[in-house]
Amino acid sequence: MSVSEKEIRYVANLARLQLTEEDVENLALDMNKILGYMDLLNELDTTEIEPLEHVIEMDSRLRKDEAKPTISHEEALKNAPDADSDYFRVPKVIE
Amino acid sequence: MSTIAHERFEAVIGLEVHAQLLTKSKAFAPVAAIYGEAPNTQVTPLCLGHPGTLPVVNENLVRYIIKMGLATNCGIAPKSIFARKNYFYPDLPKGYQISQFDTPICHDGYVDIELEDYDKRIGVTRIHMEEDAGKSIHDQDPYNTLVDLNRAGTPLIEIVSEPDLRTPQEAYAYLTKIKQIVQYLEICDGNMEEGSLRCDANVSVRPRGREKFGTRTELKNMNSFRNVEKAIEYEIYRQIELIEGGGEVVQQTRLWDTSKMQSRPMRSKEEAHDYRYFPEPDLPPIIVTSEMLVEIKAELPELADVRQKRFVKEYGMSEVDAITITESRYLADYFESVAEYSGNAKAASNMVLSEVLRVLNEQSIDIGEFSITPQKISELIKLKEADKINSSAMQTIFNEMLNSEKTPEELAKEMNLIQVSDSGFLEELVDEIIAGNPDEVQRYKDGKKQLMGFFVGQAMKASKGKANPKMVTQMVSKKLEG
Repeated sequence: MSVSEKEIRYVANLARLQLTEEDVENLALDMNKILGYMDLLNELDTTEIEPLEHVIEMDSRLRKDEAKPTISHEEALKNAPDADSDYFRVPKVIE
Repeated sequence: MSTIAHERFEAVIGLEVHAQLLTKSKAFAPVAAIYGEAPNTQVTPLCLGHPGTLPVVNENLVRYIIKMGLATNCGIAPKSIFARKNYFYPDLPKGYQISQFDTPICHDGYVDIELEDYDKRIGVTRIHMEEDAGKSIHDQDPYNTLVDLNRAGTPLIEIVSEPDLRTPQEAYAYLTKIKQIVQYLEICDGNMEEGSLRCDANVSVRPRGREKFGTRTELKNMNSFRNVEKAIEYEIYRQIELIEGGGEVVQQTRLWDTSKMQSRPMRSKEEAHDYRYFPEPDLPPIIVTSEMLVEIKAELPELADVRQKRFVKEYGMSEVDAITITESRYLADYFESVAEYSGNAKAASNMVLSEVLRVLNEQSIDIGEFSITPQKISELIKLKEADKINSSAMQTIFNEMLNSEKTPEELAKEMNLIQVSDSGFLEELVDEIIAGNPDEVQRYKDGKKQLMGFFVGQAMKASKGKANPKMVTQMVSKKLEG
């Protein structure tokens, strides 16, 4: 399995990353090395093995359905690049 | 467009329904999940997507979805995991939505729907847990989009049906059924207009008899039960006309415009992207033990289908009446309270079906907002049963009760509606009427028994509606027939 430069640009766009031509070339090299290693791992027979989603074996830890006091409105907006007195403000999303 | 063309085609419809859960706190953070508060006041650093914050699953998110799964005959996965659905939008500060992907907690269930002439079983493919996004406001500020994150992270379940629905009416019936179930379970208020229940529809058409599905479109933005029916109907016609005209259906998402009563394709920018789902590393798998299942099963209330059958059996109600009363859990609860307090189920169902439902419709309110308590309605029924008032007075008093704190008896006295059952007074009244109407008396004696109504009417008129009609009838027939 390998990844093309076109696919790298596609994924970069989905991740909102702006890459230079050089970045794309380097990433293609890196990713193909990783995928090559995956191909090696794929040679192992894993038909009898349960998929592992988490490295730590652990049951559900559920929280009681309770609401606790939280941060203030001012604290919530404090780190925003832009906000008015009520809302976060972002560039207009639809025209 | 001819109906003949429509006859040649059949629609295939599947619904995706999102239900906002009535938990106290959000899905993954211990902050209130309430609506209508000032913007950005019900948030935690987790809802804001700050680095270093970690989600912890709300127990009721899991319990409520299992209730829904059991109520829709689903299998409950002993182990299921959360997944990240990745996309960028300002009201999703983390850049991903926590959802479930290939291991939904509930799967392979069904619900039974009732149409006018037939019943049908509709498959439920899956029900999974996820979190809601915040709210973007595009029309308040000319240069910016404003974002309120109070809703970000509130718990949702998504109920996906099999493509088993064939008509807009079936889709409407299915959606109504889902609403009824979430309301009976008290896990969602079921209000589509306010967005606590949302519905997307996948629609395609195919020539009748063909097995292969046609190309489908996805309909969004239908914010009422009637709009879902209308939008699907519009889409079926649109697709049939397109195909009949030699065109082809394009796979796309379409938005319903309620004011124009038509749909338009979503701009490609708004279209779904590639979500790159992967297992959520911050949350452990959800393990459902058999003890937990037993416990939740025991908590399930009597659902509408069962209750409806019980009402027919226990109260001798007709099936149609039982369906109407059990449509809402709260209306059915109301009826049962009235039946219990009054000890008269027949009168209770009459009052609820005719008077109470009429007022709810007229005022467009739910039974929860109805002003008269079951106790007071029961007192009214008892007044009638004790022959203290007659049926027309009952209705007058009921209407008065809508705007009064007084008891039915107080109102009856105040409005001078207490029935006169004093035989001396009635005797005198009947004698007067007999003396004053010799012609009618003769015709009655000659066999025209329908004239009884005339005599009773005269007595009611003379007594201003207060005479006990039963006693008047008895007296007249005794006097004229000897």
